[in-house]
Amino acid sequence: MEFETVIGLEVHAQLSTDTKIFCGCSTEFGKPANTNTCPLCLGLPGVLPVLNRKAVDYAVKMALATNCRINRTNIFARKNYFYPDLPKGYQISQFDLPIAEHGWVEIEVEGEVKRIGLTRIHLEEDAGKLIHDEREPLSYVDLNRTGTPLIEIVSEPDLRSGEEAAAYLKKLHAIVRYLDICDGNMQEGSFRCDANISLRPKGREEFGTRTELKNMNSFRNVQRAIEYEVRRQRDLLLDGGKVIQQTLLWDPDAGRTSPMRSKEEAHDYRYFPDPDLIPVEISEEWIEKAEKEQPELPDQRKKRFMEELELPAYDAVILTGDRELADYFEAGLGHYRDAKKLSNWIMTELIRELRDREMEITSCPVTPVNLARLLGLIEAGTISGKIAKTVFQEMLASGKDPDIVVKEKNLVQISDEGEILKLVREIVAANPEQVKQFKEGKSKVMGFFVGQLMKETKGKANPKMANQLFIEELNK
Amino acid sequence: MELYSLTVHQLRKMLSKGAVSAVEITESVLARIDRVEGRIGAYITLDRDGALAQAAAADREIARSAGGPLAGIPLALKDVACTEGLRTTAGSKILESFIPPYDATMVAKLKDAGAVILGKLSMDEFAMGSANENCAFGTPHNPWALDYVCGGSSGGSAAAVAADECLASIGSDTGGSIRQPASYCGVVGLKPTYGRVSRYGLIAYASSLDQFGPLTKDVRDCAMILQEISGYDQRDSTSVNIGVPDYSAALGKGVKGLKVGIPREYFEEGVAPEVAAAVRNGIDLLKEAGAELVDLSLPHTDYGVAAYYIIAPAEASSNLARYDGVRYGHRTAAPDSLLEMYNQSRSEGFGTEVKRRIMIGTYALSSGYYDAYYKKALQVRTLIINDFKEAFARCDVMVSPVTPGPAWRIGEKNSDPLSVYLTDILTIPANMAGVPGLSLPCGFTGAGLPIGFQIQAPHFGEERLLQTAYALERELGIAGRKPAAL
Repeated sequence: MEFETVIGLEVHAQLSTDTKIFCGCSTEFGKPANTNTCPLCLGLPGVLPVLNRKAVDYAVKMALATNCRINRTNIFARKNYFYPDLPKGYQISQFDLPIAEHGWVEIEVEGEVKRIGLTRIHLEEDAGKLIHDEREPLSYVDLNRTGTPLIEIVSEPDLRSGEEAAAYLKKLHAIVRYLDICDGNMQEGSFRCDANISLRPKGREEFGTRTELKNMNSFRNVQRAIEYEVRRQRDLLLDGGKVIQQTLLWDPDAGRTSPMRSKEEAHDYRYFPDPDLIPVEISEEWIEKAEKEQPELPDQRKKRFMEELELPAYDAVILTGDRELADYFEAGLGHYRDAKKLSNWIMTELIRELRDREMEITSCPVTPVNLARLLGLIEAGTISGKIAKTVFQEMLASGKDPDIVVKEKNLVQISDEGEILKLVREIVAANPEQVKQFKEGKSKVMGFFVGQLMKETKGKANPKMANQLFIEELNK
Repeated sequence: MELYSLTVHQLRKMLSKGAVSAVEITESVLARIDRVEGRIGAYITLDRDGALAQAAAADREIARSAGGPLAGIPLALKDVACTEGLRTTAGSKILESFIPPYDATMVAKLKDAGAVILGKLSMDEFAMGSANENCAFGTPHNPWALDYVCGGSSGGSAAAVAADECLASIGSDTGGSIRQPASYCGVVGLKPTYGRVSRYGLIAYASSLDQFGPLTKDVRDCAMILQEISGYDQRDSTSVNIGVPDYSAALGKGVKGLKVGIPREYFEEGVAPEVAAAVRNGIDLLKEAGAELVDLSLPHTDYGVAAYYIIAPAEASSNLARYDGVRYGHRTAAPDSLLEMYNQSRSEGFGTEVKRRIMIGTYALSSGYYDAYYKKALQVRTLIINDFKEAFARCDVMVSPVTPGPAWRIGEKNSDPLSVYLTDILTIPANMAGVPGLSLPCGFTGAGLPIGFQIQAPHFGEERLLQTAYALERELGIAGRKPAAL
């Protein structure tokens, strides 16, 4: 039987406001436990929430960037449940009237553009964290994260594969980074997602039983986990088994999922409007202002790179998929005009080196201006492309200007015809056997001659010039 | 005349003339507490040393002609108001040892005005009750008849003022919890417009209904206290940012030409003849003083109690979820699991009535029942609001009894919570609509129990409430009468 995979994602993005959503505490990550807290964070008796309008503003920006309809009247609701990381016994969230609904984003998988629907975006507060003692049956509560503003972005069940899910997640990630409303850090959990996955026989309308997948803290893991789960469900169904509705945890080391709770409890969150908060009215002016402040978004930038810079789609997608990478590229472009050559360097050398060093583009020791200069040195013939890679390594290690590296390491290309000719003649004279072969028509030995020259000059000889001189000399 | 038996405005006059010191006043009240508290039981926590220190500080302020409008006046607070460094229990075992690290905005304002905080007053647990019989720390006694209830949930606040154990007090009113005990104890009690006084630091029972307000010996004191606690607060999103008028200035305006509405539903079956007669007498006096009487109807009055007992418990079920034994408050000894910690801590910490309302509220909000109960109750609430809108289009204030009958004997209604719920029938609508209401003593039953006269006004109509109450108080001439039982 052929199955169709149905995936919906719930993405949580922590908004990068300086203060929490309902009090003035800092949202800074990594502080000693319970230091970024106040009576409100602790859920003390008598405290009241006061909405941080900046969080609403960020959510409005996200809504606009994802083609959503913004609800003019926003209501905060209480989601009631007990857990020690939830100090009030309820989470302030949105239920009936979320900030935005009915949006979409476009993803591109295998050259196909597909539109993915967004059911809703709502604002809510994050919970705290539990720290479990490994040696004793003891758990500690850290409420620093409590009240950090979140938006939850719920997709329609429009995704059909792990690859599509990863592409969708990447697109949302790019958007929040472009809008600068979330730091996008998946390791620290400021950008995280859960996936709902089900299979149904191809052609059937009705959804199959779904499982919920958690703990996928990278794009790669989202794709791997979903692909694993799809295989698991398919095997199960083909064996005549039934999928049980449950929450599964992805174990990236073992490469498999395991049930989080053996029995799925039927949660009744008893949502009702929070009487401590008045409805938030989002005015026309508010939306207009947010529209005006909207930066160029990944899709627009991609289009511009393709149309104005004539970059291939492949380059444009990769460069614009990460706001910082695209910024880097454009900063370099101010100092080096050949967009395609710059793109090639970034997409091959730079990205590879960053990945090997597990480094972010923003902390790359090679500034975009220096990279542009390096390419300029190649173009000017000061160094060869090969030497440039050596220079680039040194720039990565020391952060120095390419000109300084070239000077210090004495890597300037030898383009003095007299000097090269002298060496060419010496090499020709010292290798009669290879000269003979060349004259017999074995043009391959040219590589040997150039290699000898490069050895002599430590790779600095202008390769074009060397080739030319060898040909002239050998044909004499 | 003992200092403790005077009013706030009398003592303020004496203080500013230097005729008396704040320490003398506080000592006088403390001595009074020593003498009668054993029979009343109004206090949960008495802060003797703190009060004397604050009084001494007030004297220093007064000596250099500084000090606020309440400088040197010893007040006491319902134990629902968070007080920095001073135990705040909400009448519950679950908060028996809770010491807040912050002051409620209302408390901070009183302190800024120079008031001396004597301590914290008895109340029904989490303000759930109408007789103060649901307090984990004992039931206070009505100063007018010691084996009678003093009303609730601000029972301690009413009893303490009636027994001269403080000059004035603060209570909170969710469905009548200021006005009803004020009526039972023969003091003035005012529930302000929802949003007039900050709820920041008020331990929530039902957030959309709760409001702090004063209980005082007379109407002038009521205006003075209200003046100090009112105003917009950034920390409370439901507080309203409109100016606070000079309430004392409204007192002398009289009622000539004032349109006084008489809602017929408030006088129907169930109102005790003695209560009806005393209120009618008050209405006659207002008419004689020049008020114009308007017959009115508030047709949805009957549904108020039913809707209230959905909305308030629903909100309470959520508001009280934070008492889970995790961070503060009572935690059961050595639980075996998280679930047991929750269950046992809450089972041990909460009293019967609180558990009952948490159950009702949880049920009302449950999926499948929400529309039939909670949503329906909100619709009823809208109808009640409309009743008030229409009524106040035709009158300036409305007058009625506060409660259908006077106080009852302690324990008399223990087996019948529903009959207790129904005593709130005339006070609940004001909370549902968010309008202000005031209870003024207007007479006594044959058995000597006080009877209250309720005045209600449109949103932010506190001046009219006070103006009407002040005029009637003068006509009645019973202010200052003290309980013989003490």
